[in-house]
Amino acid sequence: MADQTKRRHWLEHPATQNFLIPIFAVVLSFAVGAIFILIVGQNPFQVYSVLFSQTLGTSYGIGQLLFKTTPLIFAGLSVAICFKAGLFNIGAEGQLQIGAFMTALVGMYTVGVPAFLEIPLLILAGMIGGGIWGFIPGYLKAKTGAHEVINTIMLNFIAAALVSFFVTNLFNVPATVHTPEIAPTGKIPRFDTIFSSFSGSPVNFSILIAILAAVAVWYYVDKTRYGYELRVVGLNSKAAEYGGISVAKNIILSMTIGGAIAGLVGTNYVMGYKYYFEEGFSTGTGFMGIAVALLGNNNPFGVILAALLFGMLEYGGLVINTMVPKELVSILQAIVIIFVISSNKIFRKILVNFIKKRTLRVND
Amino acid sequence: MPYAVELLNITKRFARTVANDEVTLKVQSGTIHALVGENGAGKTTLMETLYGLYQPDAGIIRIHEKEVSIKSPHDSIRNGIGMVHQHFMLVGPMTVLENIVLGAETTRYSLLDLKKTTAEISELGGRFSLTVPLNEKVENVGVGIQQRVEILKAIYRKADILVLDEPTAVLTPQESTQLFRILSELKDEGKTIVLITHKLSEVMAISDHVSVMRRGKIVGEVETASTSPEELAEMMVGRRILLRVEKNDRKAGDPVLSINNLSYIDKRGVNILNNVSLEVASGEILGIAGVEGNGQSQLVECITGLLKPTTGSMSVDGIQIAGLTPKEVFARGLAHVPEDRIKRGLVVEMDVAENLILGLHMQKEFGTGLAMNLKAIEENARFLITKYDIRPMNPDALARGLSGGNQQKVIIARELSRNAQVIVASQPTRGVDIGGIEFIHRTLVEARDAGKAILMISADLNEILSLSDRIAIMYGGQIVKIFPNNKVKESELGLYMTGSKRGSSQKASDG
Ligand SMILES: Nc1ncnc2c1ncn2[C@@H]1O[C@H](COP(=O)(O)OP(=O)(O)OP(=O)(O)O)[C@@H](O)[C@H]1O
Ligand SMILES: [Mg+2]
Repeated sequence: MADQTKRRHWLEHPATQNFLIPIFAVVLSFAVGAIFILIVGQNPFQVYSVLFSQTLGTSYGIGQLLFKTTPLIFAGLSVAICFKAGLFNIGAEGQLQIGAFMTALVGMYTVGVPAFLEIPLLILAGMIGGGIWGFIPGYLKAKTGAHEVINTIMLNFIAAALVSFFVTNLFNVPATVHTPEIAPTGKIPRFDTIFSSFSGSPVNFSILIAILAAVAVWYYVDKTRYGYELRVVGLNSKAAEYGGISVAKNIILSMTIGGAIAGLVGTNYVMGYKYYFEEGFSTGTGFMGIAVALLGNNNPFGVILAALLFGMLEYGGLVINTMVPKELVSILQAIVIIFVISSNKIFRKILVNFIKKRTLRVND
Repeated sequence: MPYAVELLNITKRFARTVANDEVTLKVQSGTIHALVGENGAGKTTLMETLYGLYQPDAGIIRIHEKEVSIKSPHDSIRNGIGMVHQHFMLVGPMTVLENIVLGAETTRYSLLDLKKTTAEISELGGRFSLTVPLNEKVENVGVGIQQRVEILKAIYRKADILVLDEPTAVLTPQESTQLFRILSELKDEGKTIVLITHKLSEVMAISDHVSVMRRGKIVGEVETASTSPEELAEMMVGRRILLRVEKNDRKAGDPVLSINNLSYIDKRGVNILNNVSLEVASGEILGIAGVEGNGQSQLVECITGLLKPTTGSMSVDGIQIAGLTPKEVFARGLAHVPEDRIKRGLVVEMDVAENLILGLHMQKEFGTGLAMNLKAIEENARFLITKYDIRPMNPDALARGLSGGNQQKVIIARELSRNAQVIVASQPTRGVDIGGIEFIHRTLVEARDAGKAILMISADLNEILSLSDRIAIMYGGQIVKIFPNNKVKESELGLYMTGSKRGSSQKASDG
C-alpha cells in the first residue's frame, strides 16, 4: 500500500547516508592512493601506518594537525554558508588575506589596550576586513547580476596584490615581508602554555573560535529566521520572492558573513602563531575551503570533520616526506576530493541496493 | 482483441512508500485506456516505469504479447512506446523542428537532412491534424502547441503506444477539444493510447476502458460505456463525492480589493495589461476566465507585488498597494495562491512544516529576535496538516515527495492561515484530484462565506462557473466583460474568451 510506513532501515535515513558516503569515498580514495604509493616503490601499509601514527599517535602530531585544521574550518564554513544561499564563493582566499592583514594592522597600532578588549578588537578587525571582501562581490551580484564566481576570483588577485604591496612597502619591518608584531595583549595563547604535552606545536586556542564559528553558522542557518530566509533564497529564489524575502539582501548578507568568517583565519596565524602578518602565509587555504565544504556536505559539523581530514593530510604530507615524494600527498588530497564529488550518486546506489537485498532477506 | 501493453504484478517502492503494489494493467491494442486515481495513487510512477524511467522492484512488462526488458526510455522507444509527460521535456531555445528530431535525426553525410525531415514531419502533422510552426522556437509557442510537439515527437519515433500524463491540465477548453480530436484520429490509425487524467468528463468522452488506482493498487477496471462519473469518483476515493459545489447565494459586502486602470508594459514594450479595473467585495468570489496568456498571470503578479505595474492604482480596504513589495502587500491583508506551485509556491527541498510558514516566517508567533520558534512551527504544521488532510501526515516530509494534490493543499493551507482579507487564487485546483478539488472548492466557499474577498483565476471553465459569484473575462490584457452572476452558458463565455465578442469595458462594481 502506498503511504504505508514501514519501519525504515537505518541506512535509509538521508542523514546516515550523508555521513556514510563521504567516509566510503575517503576509504576508497586511500585505496586508490595506495596504488600510487606502490608505483613509487613503497609499501602502502607502511606509509599509511606512519601517516596515521605520526599525526594521530602523538600529542605533538595532534597539535600540528589541529593547527592545520583551524584555518580550514574557517574557510570551509565561509564557502558552506554561501553555498546554502546558492552562491559559489571562490573568494575565501582573498577574504582571509584581507582579514588576516587587518588583524595584524590593527594589532600593531593598538599597543597598550588590555587583552579583554584587544582580542575581540582584533577578531572584529579580521571579520570586517574579510566581510568587506565578501560584501563587494555580493553587492555586485545583487545589484547588477554579475556572477560571483568571476568577481570573487578577481578579488582574490586584488587582495593578493594589495597585501603584498603593503607588506613589502608600507607596513613591513624593514628588509622583511612581514609586519611588526601585534600588541602582546592581542596574542591568543598556545596550547603548550597550558598542556605541556603539546610542546613545540603552534596549535592555539583559536581552534575554539573555529568551533564556536561552526556552532554559530549551524545555529544561524538552521535555527534562525534569517537563516530560513537564506535557505529559501538558496533553494528557490522565485519562491523567496513570492514569500516576501529579499533575494538581493540575502545574497549580500551571506557573502558578507562568508567573507567575515574567512577573515577569522588571522586568529590562528596572526594572533595565535607568528603574531604578525607575513606575505604568502596562506597556501591556498581558501581554495581548500571549497573542498572542505563539499566533503562536509555544507554542514558546519561536517566541515569540522572534513577540515580535520585535510588538516591531517596536510601535516601528514610532512611526516611521510622522507618515504614518498610530498607530491604524493597532494595527489592523495586531490583523489579524496574527486572521489567525494563524483561518488555521491554511485555510493547512494550501492547503499540502496544493499538495503534492498537486506530487507528482502529479512522478509523471506 | 490483443493486448498492446501488459503490466503484470508491477511493484515499485520509493524509500518509504510503495507507489505501485503488484499492479496489473492490460491495455487492448487500438483503444484509449484512461487511468484515473487520487493524487499520489501511483499513476505517473506506473507509466514512467513502462517508459523506462524507473526500474520496477518486481513484475513483468509485455508489449504486443512479448515480454520485454525496459531499462531506459531508449528501450521503450524501441518498443514503440512514447510518453508525453506532464511537465514537457522540450528544449526552449531550439526550434520545433529541432525538438522533434532531437535524438532521432535523419542525416545525410552526417548532416541534418532538413528538407527530408521537414517533409516527413509535415506529412505526419497533416495526417493527424497536428499543425505546428516548425521553425518557431519552442519557448515562443504556447503550451498547447508545445504539447503537440511532444506528441509529434513520439509519433516521429514511430510510437504506436502513446502515454499522456494529465495532458489537459495546462490546456484551454478549446485546446483540449482539439487534443481529443487528435487522439481519436490516432486511435483510428490503430495506435494505442493510455491517458492519465483527473477530469472524469474527459474519461467519459474519449476512453474505451478505465482503470482506477488507489493507494498504489488497481481497484477497478470498467468499460467506459458501462460506468458513470459518480461511480468512478467513488471507486477513486472510496466514498461518495460531490461532483458539484454546494454554495448558497449570498449578498456581497463592501468592495475590499479595488483595481483602477491598471496597465503593465513589459520590458520589450509590449502592452500586457491595458487599463484593467476590477473590484472584489467581501464575501464574493470573482472568477476571471480567459485563455491563458491574456494577461491573467501578470495581473496577479501586479496585485501581489511580484511585478510593478506601469500605471494605475490598487487598494486593499482603501490602503494603496500598487508598487509595494510582496512582503508589504502580504502585510496589508492579501494572500496569494500562485499558479505555479513548484516554481513559486513551494521550496520543494524543504519540509512541509517549513513550507507552511513561507512568507509568515517573520510573524511573532514563529519567532522573535533571531530564533525561530520551532515548536510553534511544528504545531502550526500539525494543525494545518490535520485540518487540510495533507498526506503524509508528517511535518518533516520533504515537499518534493508529496503528490501534486497534496502540494497544492500545503499552499492553500498556508495562504488561508494568513487570515487575509483578500485571497488571490490562481489555478487553485490544477492537477488536483477530485477529492482534493472538492476539498479546495469547499474551503474557498467557506472563506467566502466568512467574508473574504476572493479573486480566482482559472483556465477551467467548470471551476469558474461553479465557484464564481461574478465572472470577468480577460482577453488581450483587458477585462472585456463582467457577468453579474454565474448563470452564463459556457459557449457564451467562450465567445468572449476568444475575442469574438466584447462587452463594454466596465467596472466590476457595475454588475
Ligand atoms: N521520486 C520519488 N521519490 C519518492 N517518492 C515518490 C517519488 N515519486 C513518487 N513518489 C511517491 O509515490 C507515490 C505515487 O506517486 P505518483 O506521482 O505516481 O502519483 P500520481 O498518481 O501520479 O499522483 P498525481 O495525480 O498527484 O500526479 C506518492 O506517494 C509519491 O509521494
Ligand atoms: Mg502524476
